[in-house]
Amino acid sequence: MESADLRHEIEELLSTGEWRKSVARLQILWEKHASGPLAGFVVTAYTRLRHQLRLTSHRCAIVRSFTVEPIVPILKACGFRWGIDLSIQVGEFHAYAQELLDKSSSLYAFQPDTVILAVDRRDLLPELNSSRTEAIDRVTSQFSGWLRAFRGHTPANLIIHTLECPALAADGVYDAQLFENEAWAIQQINHNLRKLAGEYRGIYVLDYDALVARHGREQWGDERKWLTVRLPISAANLVHMAQEWMKFLAPLAGKEAKCVAVDLDNTLWGGVIGEDGMAGIQVGPEYPGAAYQALQRALLDVSRRGILLAVTSKNNPEDALEVLREHPGMLLRPENFTALRVNWNDKAENLREIAAELNIGLDAIAFLDDNPVERQHVRDALPEVMVVELRADPMEYARAVRDCPVCERLTLSEEDRQRGHYYAAEQKRAALEQSVTSREDFYRSLAQEAEIAPVDIFTLARVAQLTQKTNQFNLTTRRYTEQQIAELVKCAGWRVLSIQVRDRYADNGLVGMAITRDQGDVCEIDTFLLSCRVIGRTVETALLASLAEEARARGGRRLEGWFLPTRKNSPARDFYRNHGFQLISENAAGQLWSFDLAEGGLQAPEWVRVLVAAERA
Amino acid sequence: MSPDLFSEVCGIAADVFAVDAQTLGAASSPEQVEAWDSVQHLNLVLALEGKYGIRFEPEEMEGMKNVGAIASLVRTKLT
Repeated sequence: MESADLRHEIEELLSTGEWRKSVARLQILWEKHASGPLAGFVVTAYTRLRHQLRLTSHRCAIVRSFTVEPIVPILKACGFRWGIDLSIQVGEFHAYAQELLDKSSSLYAFQPDTVILAVDRRDLLPELNSSRTEAIDRVTSQFSGWLRAFRGHTPANLIIHTLECPALAADGVYDAQLFENEAWAIQQINHNLRKLAGEYRGIYVLDYDALVARHGREQWGDERKWLTVRLPISAANLVHMAQEWMKFLAPLAGKEAKCVAVDLDNTLWGGVIGEDGMAGIQVGPEYPGAAYQALQRALLDVSRRGILLAVTSKNNPEDALEVLREHPGMLLRPENFTALRVNWNDKAENLREIAAELNIGLDAIAFLDDNPVERQHVRDALPEVMVVELRADPMEYARAVRDCPVCERLTLSEEDRQRGHYYAAEQKRAALEQSVTSREDFYRSLAQEAEIAPVDIFTLARVAQLTQKTNQFNLTTRRYTEQQIAELVKCAGWRVLSIQVRDRYADNGLVGMAITRDQGDVCEIDTFLLSCRVIGRTVETALLASLAEEARARGGRRLEGWFLPTRKNSPARDFYRNHGFQLISENAAGQLWSFDLAEGGLQAPEWVRVLVAAERA
Repeated sequence: MSPDLFSEVCGIAADVFAVDAQTLGAASSPEQVEAWDSVQHLNLVLALEGKYGIRFEPEEMEGMKNVGAIASLVRTKLT
């Protein structure tokens, strides 16, 4: 549908108060036609709907050397589309250095969640043809000072831009004759920026040079706007800057797809298997099958970020499985998919089942389907699901996946890389559970080993990630950044523990963590959570027993913990009750439970072998 | 001028300033429209450039005194 028609439809839906349908169409409008001219309309419409929607608030400050104001409404529209209500503060023109260095600046007073440092190379390095090594050192040490000050002043995230190479070298073609030429110097600086950022937690690099190159160095900017209003980006490219920022802000605001559910016919391959047969469908290295192979490659890349793949397709299961197993053009095979729903059921129902099977929320599923009617149905029936708006041309499918901000990750742990394997092992475990008669026999047969250890530099990233992502078995749902946890463990009385679980099928990796705080003879459990991967296998009891054991050893008399209910954490609701805790207080936020350590009786199950690791430095 | 282009330009300006398009006319200017400050003026220029694939000269940006003048300028660039 054309942009103007969609707009009219949205205006009518808004005036009649049909907010759910309005949002569904606003998402389509923005994904298909995102642009500067449209941003005002989309932001105004979402602002009217704001109170009906469960939006995640995120405070974003932009400190800059150039004009960014025209990007702000576009960035806000991008945020709304992915369920994020962005409060954006723009720093004073060219005052980024003072604002970063001065603890009392308006930047820190704003209390941002994320700060974007956008500096144009021409402002930092107007000349590059004098001493190149001197320039590299100077710019690197400037950034080093800004980053150090920033980290000292705030736990917020920081996004820094790499510097872009000019479209034309100052020395003309002679530049290319030099071993250490202009582009070399800029790449050295960018290399140093990546290294600097890597020294801190929560500081990320946006490859602005690559972004400019992707859109063409000559096309990216509009010299008139640079020379008149210090805007280095042309009108048409403002949306690309905003979308690139969004790829950082979505994961930082916790908007991440844990699973991409894909349709089969005309999405993963061209044609309809039930009608065209194995020989008739299109997928392979040659056009038109190449477009579908490109999509499969994009999905494989996404799955290597720890995002699970699932199928929901209206087909005969035997037909679809035959393609997945045997078609020579397929890059994706049955083992790449963690959940398969090939049947004639309603897709919304299938997505609900997939969410339940994978133990994830519907709001962690991205849905990919070529059929606009199916997409519309899922948008209307399950507004939480992130529906990717595919264009009619299959050659654009791969790009839609690669550009999807909720499929971005800013850190990847070994667990993320291996996630597909963990779930494959889980399927074997489920088969075993059905074959053994009692639950205890099942637990015994798993031969689980739990290693409980204080958090250290190797596990910090994963532990912080778990607090950000775990929604179901999470007693208090308190979110911590790496930086915050690193600071917590330095405070007297605070302990942060992680638990890694192995069993006969797989090393499940680091799947749980807890934070405790000693206050007198009471040890309070600040955070206690377990990844959905191991819920229901009693390792949580092992972790809780370990907390009790340690607290007792430190002279504690009571172990206390809050259960703070959310929309999602009902699996954790009876955790304390089931482990012999007494309810001692209750208010609107939740329940406080207490356990008398003198009583004892809190022990790891006999079928879990617990290894308590000593403190690693 | 074709009434379509004028109302389109009005619509774009209304989106940028977050006002109802009905409230804008040819004589609407920065003095009358509260949201029309220098930042929004730049946003309007960029929105028009993006929408029509045109480019305004720096001198032209200063001459864009009201919606009517802007719409005529867009029209000359499109023909």
